[in-house]
Amino acid sequence: MKNSRVTNSYCRMSLIRLFAFVAFFVHVAAASAQQKNAKEDLQVLPGEVGRPGGRLVVSLRGEPKTVNPLIAADTRSREVIGVMQADLVHINRATQLTESALAKSWKISPDGLTYTLVLRQGLRFSDGQPLDADDVIFTFRVYLDENVHAPQRDLLIVGGKPIVVRKVDAHTIVFQLAKTYGVGERLFDGLAILPRHLLEKPYQEGKLGQFGALAAARDQWAGLGPFRMKEYVAGQRLVLERNPYYWKSDAKGNRLPYLEELVFLFVPNADAQVLKFQSGETDMISQLSAENFSVLSRQQRGYTMTDGGPGLEYNFLFFNLNDAGDKSSPEMQRKQKWFRDAKFRLAVSTAVDREAIVRLVYQGRGSALWGLVAPGNRRWGNEKLPRPPRSLERARMLLQEAGFSWGNGRNGESSLLDSDGKSVEFSILTSSSNADRAKMTALVQDDLKQLGMRVQVVPLEFRSLLDRVTQSKEYDACVMGIASLDADPNSDINVWLSSGGTHLWNPSQAHPATLWEAEIDRLFDSQMSARTFDERKKIYDRMQEVMAEQQPMIFLASANILAGAKNSVGNFHPAVLEPYILWNVEQLYLKTGTENATR
Amino acid sequence: MKVPSPFKTWLVALVVLHGIVACAGFFAPYDPVEQDRKSPYLPPVRLHLVDASGHLHLRPFVYTLNLQAGSFEQYEEDTTQLHPIQFFLSGAQYRLLGFLPCRLHFFGADNTRIYLLGTDAFGRDQLSRLLFGGQVSLLAGLLGAGITLLLGASIGALAGYYGGWRDTVLMRLAEIFLALPWLYLLFALRAFLPLAVSPLGAFFLIIAVIGAVGWARPARLVRGVVLSAKERDFVRAARGFGASPAYLLRRHILPETYSVLLTQAAILIPQYVLAEMTLSFLGLGVPEPVPSWGNLLSSLQQYSVLVSYWWMYLPALVMVPFFLGYLGLASALQERGEAYKIAGRSLGSLM
Repeated sequence: MKNSRVTNSYCRMSLIRLFAFVAFFVHVAAASAQQKNAKEDLQVLPGEVGRPGGRLVVSLRGEPKTVNPLIAADTRSREVIGVMQADLVHINRATQLTESALAKSWKISPDGLTYTLVLRQGLRFSDGQPLDADDVIFTFRVYLDENVHAPQRDLLIVGGKPIVVRKVDAHTIVFQLAKTYGVGERLFDGLAILPRHLLEKPYQEGKLGQFGALAAARDQWAGLGPFRMKEYVAGQRLVLERNPYYWKSDAKGNRLPYLEELVFLFVPNADAQVLKFQSGETDMISQLSAENFSVLSRQQRGYTMTDGGPGLEYNFLFFNLNDAGDKSSPEMQRKQKWFRDAKFRLAVSTAVDREAIVRLVYQGRGSALWGLVAPGNRRWGNEKLPRPPRSLERARMLLQEAGFSWGNGRNGESSLLDSDGKSVEFSILTSSSNADRAKMTALVQDDLKQLGMRVQVVPLEFRSLLDRVTQSKEYDACVMGIASLDADPNSDINVWLSSGGTHLWNPSQAHPATLWEAEIDRLFDSQMSARTFDERKKIYDRMQEVMAEQQPMIFLASANILAGAKNSVGNFHPAVLEPYILWNVEQLYLKTGTENATR
Repeated sequence: MKVPSPFKTWLVALVVLHGIVACAGFFAPYDPVEQDRKSPYLPPVRLHLVDASGHLHLRPFVYTLNLQAGSFEQYEEDTTQLHPIQFFLSGAQYRLLGFLPCRLHFFGADNTRIYLLGTDAFGRDQLSRLLFGGQVSLLAGLLGAGITLLLGASIGALAGYYGGWRDTVLMRLAEIFLALPWLYLLFALRAFLPLAVSPLGAFFLIIAVIGAVGWARPARLVRGVVLSAKERDFVRAARGFGASPAYLLRRHILPETYSVLLTQAAILIPQYVLAEMTLSFLGLGVPEPVPSWGNLLSSLQQYSVLVSYWWMYLPALVMVPFFLGYLGLASALQERGEAYKIAGRSLGSLM
């Protein structure tokens, strides 16, 4: 303890000396810096020019586990990695289109199989080491190495074969695909380029998996993102500092990011996050529920709340369509006979009052949903998708067609009976920690009561819920939500494909269980190799129609992206894509206040 | 003028309170699970005597509250039409005391809905939910206390009368039960039960659980009384005439414990109502949409509800008269000199 304090003060002393030296040096070298910049290919960002310095504090819903993108599975880690790493081609979260990042330009050959990327000049990692094509080659070798088990590997296998990466010169790389790939250059978004000079040795020793723990990340890791590691206090906070080698500048030529420090506070509870923001401890807040948003909106003192419009989250109800074979109980088999009937699912969908969900759960800050593509996704939604209004009559008609009838229940209420005369009763699981979804489920429960179904709501802790749905498969129905990571349909590949792990109603099938699931699989495959947007859109529209006809997921509603920031935060523009408020972190700046400008 | 004894006063107050809850269907204007989706989180309606143009009315009336345009939680009164409060009118069907089908309600209004205590997130009438929720919570308390006293009296009498190894075993068992962290045990128990429990099933489960957990304290009290009673002269005399143990217990010893049991009941019932509320508050009790005082309060776990809608606190206030009644009754029982000192000690530790 005592030792470390001594070292700290020593560090501070030498830092002060260093600053003095640097200040002197910057003066002298001002002229030559211009020349250096000419060689250095900075990306110039349009938009409001900010002022440098300051520290921005945001809360993170839990503690991140690692800065290593090869093993990061949790959203907190990914959020932190997002501001410390950079990719070759990036999807602009505001426009939802691709733009150049580490690669200054790219070219796709006419047959769609060869991608040629040209890197920027003068790129440096956050520890000052230069980056060249070898780092990129190394990165993709690691991602594709089966022994590393990187989650990115699946994305880099096209047509059953891994992408072949070839170096042309120090700044040019060629990617060779076995089959055309519908998403095109979007493929590169989110694939962080790794520092070869730091990781080559652990990679060869097979120790990459243990690399990048937060406590050691300061010395072990370097990235190309706007921020780099400064301090990690377990259970409390993570402090990142400005990466002085970052490769973007504003319109006036100032190197970004503006902020000197970015602090993540670990606040596990949504309500606690609201309190921290309200008391001014944090500067920005996102992923707010509509109710908390209106609480904060009511007394805006020094901060402004923003409704970013429809997001990409979709909430839905689904029934257990797994085929457990002989193992399943007779009761389950009886229930699944209803669930497997598309007319039953359609009747449920028709009876759900989506408009009430938007009003009561989202206080109007959301939209009713009839398909997997949320209204925030401007390019891919199927305009022609039927959006039938709620109709209990139609629902009753559908049930009658499917062989259901009504009888008198125990309390004199009418109860729905199946073709064998048994009353229709089932339970719906919902996450106990998500108040919005619990409310949604209570509304659905009441809607289905109108049809004579006796539904019980079972709130479960999220992890045991997920376990039931994907592992033990012992449940009747469930209400869940998923947020697409990208506007492109490919980001939801695991939901669409019958072999996918998040194909929730019947996950990870060896062969598609139904004809329509086979059709979706086939359509998804063909859109992957389609060349033009229009062609893909047409196939994708058809996929949405199949979903609407079969209703394996009964879509309910989608929330708006609700966020807020102190008035002193400049360039605050929440996006509908993750990371909602930190996507332009390099451009965020503090207008007034406590910045300790060191430049 | 004769002053009524405090015992009778408390008893009458409690009977009235329980009577209101027992006839919840009559006093509640609406069905407690019916959702009025146009009025979520509607504040308690104002009763007027003077209308918007300044005229005085003898019969109190209300104005319909409508959502302000563009808002989802701000309401404004529609003063164009007033709705006088009607008494004894026909409305939603219910079963009086659980079995008599009935449609008569104490109050209501034509062409509008009166929410005297406001509504919850789904536009359900808080007053109706409060009254019907009281049925669940109070019945759970009464039945739970009944089970506890039955168990406690039998075990205590057995241990006290027979003594010896039976006494030792039963009293050690009682100590173990007192030492159990029962709230956490209930969490564990809930995890082992089937996923979906029907409201009725959940209700009886709660009663069984809270009834079975608390027998230890009354058992120890009863044992003490039995120990001293069985050495009394009249008991010895009866034994000398050849009375069987069952006869002795029934006729001579157990009557000695009645006042202890009564005082215990007055203490246990509110305690068990609170236990039911705790369980329901934590989501282990009767499931939605069936109301109970505990799950009425559970929405307060959300910060936004806590700071925005004050009428959601009302269920917490409602239990005050009930608890006051029971505790008043318990001390009145004591004052009547019917309670033994030992019961007083446990009462003291409780308060």
